[in-house]
Amino acid sequence: MARHQVTATVNGDAVEFLCETGETLLEVLRDELNLTGTKEGCGTGDCGACSVTVDGRLVCSCLVLGVEAEGRSIETIEGMAVGADLHVLQRKFLEHDALQCGICMSGILIASRSLLERNPDPTESEVRFWLAGNLCRCTGYHKIVEAVLDAAREMRGA
Amino acid sequence: MSTMIKYEEKELKVVGTRPRRPDGVDKVTGRARYGADYKLPGQLIGKVLRSPHAHARIKSIDTSEAEALPGVKAVVTRDDFPDLAVEYAAAGELTINFHDVTRNMMAREKVLYDGHPVAAVAATCESIARAALKLIKVEYEVLPHVIDVVAAMQPDAPLLHEEQYTEGVKPRPEKPSNIAKRLEFKLGDVEAGFLLADVIIEREFNTKPVHQGYIEPQACLASYTEDGQAELWTSTQGHFVFRAQCAKLLQMDISKIRVTPTEIGGGFGGKNNIYNEPLAIALSRKSHRPVKMVMTREEVFRATGPTSGGNVKVKLGATKDGKITAAQAELSFQAGAYPGSSVSPASMCAFTRYDLQNVLVVGFDVTCNRPKVAAYRAPGAPIAVFGVESVIDEMAKKLGLDPIAFRLKNAARAGTQTYYGVKFGPIGYVETLEAARAHPHYSVPLGPNQGRGIATGFWFNIGNETSATLNINEDGTVTLMLGTIDVAGGSRAAMAMMVAEELGIAFDRVRPHIGDTSSLGFNFITAGSRGTFSSGMASVVAAREAIAKLRARVARIREVPLEAVVWQDGQARPAEASPHQFVPMSLADIAKVAGKTGGTIAGHAEINAQGAGPGFGTHIVDVEVDRQTGAIKILRYTVVQDVGRAIHPAYVEGQLQGGAVQGIGWALNEEYVYGADGILANPGFLDYRIPVASDLPFIDTVIVEVPNPNHPYGVRGCGEVPIIAPLAAIANAVENATGIRFCELPMSPPRVLHAMDKAAGKE
Ligand code: FES
Ligand code: FES
Repeated sequence: MARHQVTATVNGDAVEFLCETGETLLEVLRDELNLTGTKEGCGTGDCGACSVTVDGRLVCSCLVLGVEAEGRSIETIEGMAVGADLHVLQRKFLEHDALQCGICMSGILIASRSLLERNPDPTESEVRFWLAGNLCRCTGYHKIVEAVLDAAREMRGA
Repeated sequence: MSTMIKYEEKELKVVGTRPRRPDGVDKVTGRARYGADYKLPGQLIGKVLRSPHAHARIKSIDTSEAEALPGVKAVVTRDDFPDLAVEYAAAGELTINFHDVTRNMMAREKVLYDGHPVAAVAATCESIARAALKLIKVEYEVLPHVIDVVAAMQPDAPLLHEEQYTEGVKPRPEKPSNIAKRLEFKLGDVEAGFLLADVIIEREFNTKPVHQGYIEPQACLASYTEDGQAELWTSTQGHFVFRAQCAKLLQMDISKIRVTPTEIGGGFGGKNNIYNEPLAIALSRKSHRPVKMVMTREEVFRATGPTSGGNVKVKLGATKDGKITAAQAELSFQAGAYPGSSVSPASMCAFTRYDLQNVLVVGFDVTCNRPKVAAYRAPGAPIAVFGVESVIDEMAKKLGLDPIAFRLKNAARAGTQTYYGVKFGPIGYVETLEAARAHPHYSVPLGPNQGRGIATGFWFNIGNETSATLNINEDGTVTLMLGTIDVAGGSRAAMAMMVAEELGIAFDRVRPHIGDTSSLGFNFITAGSRGTFSSGMASVVAAREAIAKLRARVARIREVPLEAVVWQDGQARPAEASPHQFVPMSLADIAKVAGKTGGTIAGHAEINAQGAGPGFGTHIVDVEVDRQTGAIKILRYTVVQDVGRAIHPAYVEGQLQGGAVQGIGWALNEEYVYGADGILANPGFLDYRIPVASDLPFIDTVIVEVPNPNHPYGVRGCGEVPIIAPLAAIANAVENATGIRFCELPMSPPRVLHAMDKAAGKE
């Protein structure tokens, strides 16, 4: 099987990997680069558990091919905290007890960060619609939405 | 012998507070390791070939071409597993039969549903494994199939099991049937009760199967060694039960299998059952390499879970002044391919919120060509209660009574004799109804096309076999080893909180872990809301044992009699007024010298926890019906529930919110859709639509605390109850908004639109 050599940046580090033509970015992250924080819930773009950003754009990594990562900068959950400092969103999710099983968390945190980068002062309804592509079966979203709104408040310094 | 510990009212320092969860940081940083995150050197990838037919006889299976494909290291079929005789075992809330478990894991004579496993392959990579599946030749003789439960009960329905004769009917039937079992619960005399009624309502309800919908597909990794030992990492709700099942299915000694539970990405009852685990061990045994198997989402939908769809007939009689005189129900539940649905607990939950004299509930467990059902949160209860609480609502309306007042008038209380046998001790049903009535939500004015609904739920909660070990470390910190899976509600934290409370130390001095099957005695599955109740009890027993040893040790060190030493605020101190006074020793002081004064101190518990306290909840929901699209919007939602005692209130709120939202999905959108060919048409999250954030409002919660007298901290368990009421609560609210009573779920936009058109005489 033909394998392609790909060079990209992941969480600020230069990486190089080989992948099959049909291999998704999600598979590359998990299987080739050992970054298993990004999860597969469906593999078909329906659950958002695999959310990452590619050049700052929020995508489902199960819908992106590994070869498409060539020359791009990818951010995953493993790059969200800086050293011992959790991202405000990570901290707020803990403070609000917004997680249960946690399998949806990487995707929801990455998607929430994307939202707050674009819209630092979202309404409850904007948070709900932005996260509508991220399924969580445990929490009913209540504490997740509270945590995102609270994180936005803190990040705005309000 | 079982263990029960009486509830004691005392001042609490840790229980009832909201510390951070021990698994939290791992889960927000991507560090937590779930089933699919484990890897071993040299591992192969295992894949399953599944039936494309709803019902067919397997004439032959030819795996030779697949085996010849380079990269394929092993193929297994029915021939690699021993056939097993009928033998029952407990697995969560439902009972399993090994004769069927081995067939569900790998089809033998017949395939019984779309997705039924027929063969499994292990290869060096996933693409080779997939290619190999295509090379396996299976010759089928396709048979007529039956999907619907009512159709499956007809005498001329296609038969799944030629040797299945309905149990529970006398005389024994002469012809085999898809009805595996008939069961009956009875109290008083319903016929006489109906004669006393001024109003009688009779209705029939139908619900569709829904999937547990955990976001993490089943995943496991197995390694079998040349000396016959197996290690298994898997995402499970009960690693000890999985171990026992694998041992039986593979005819191995239990001691030769070690199961390490991974972090679990949701289960809700759906991870009570083995699927790929024995296949992975068998493939590893045959290939001499570790084998990893991860299901796709499509496989999860086609071949795991779901819960039953059901047909529910309810008849209720009441007097003009609102006293229920008789209650009758007939429940027919899809069991899927093999018998064993949740119709039994559903029957016991149907009317149990009420104090009744005359009850008759008949249940039927019915096989049909669908995946074998699995438990789903309060298994079966939502299906039965959807019907019953809908009729209760209609009755209240007919009698001109407020729905809460009507329920209060008939409510179960301490001393109520249930129709399934138990007489209730202290329960908090009335308290939840009263708190709901007093809640501001209950009196918010409604606008046009809006309606309000009420419904209530009951679940037994359970106890059972549980082990725990608590080690006092050299620095006085505590490591708590638990054997019940934290199905993610936060039970690890709750147990650590109870231990901290017992020992009189800070929460962060206790670190809880879930042990593998070799680290503790047997633990039953985390199911039926037993985790915090029973593991909490085991943790308290272990802590008290450790305290007894700590006191004895200090008595020896300080050379005083044992009675002179009490344990208080994390210290061994002289008993007040004792003639033997001494300098107190803290946990850290004792730990420091423990090694030299007799050895490390630990506490153990191997118990069968009993005395689980029943849980009750009352839900209020406001909906708005869109007359153009038929879409139902949830405007407000309030869950009121008696949990006995909330150890960590935030996690209890999380259970109430998450459970209610699963119920909302069940009521409004979720359903298995089969084509005429018996093939599942919607095996993905796009077409099987679970609630998303934008479908929902905030879910308000009210925690009622009527302590369970049989738990040291009053715990009842709280995870199951909240999924029960939403189905009927929403149907009642829709009726309130539109005047139309929905007796079919889900109330999805096309169904609602159709019903409104019909009511308006447009059809
Ligand atoms: S795994 Fe990519 S969206 Fe579900
Ligand atoms: S916390 Fe379990 S799916 Fe979101």
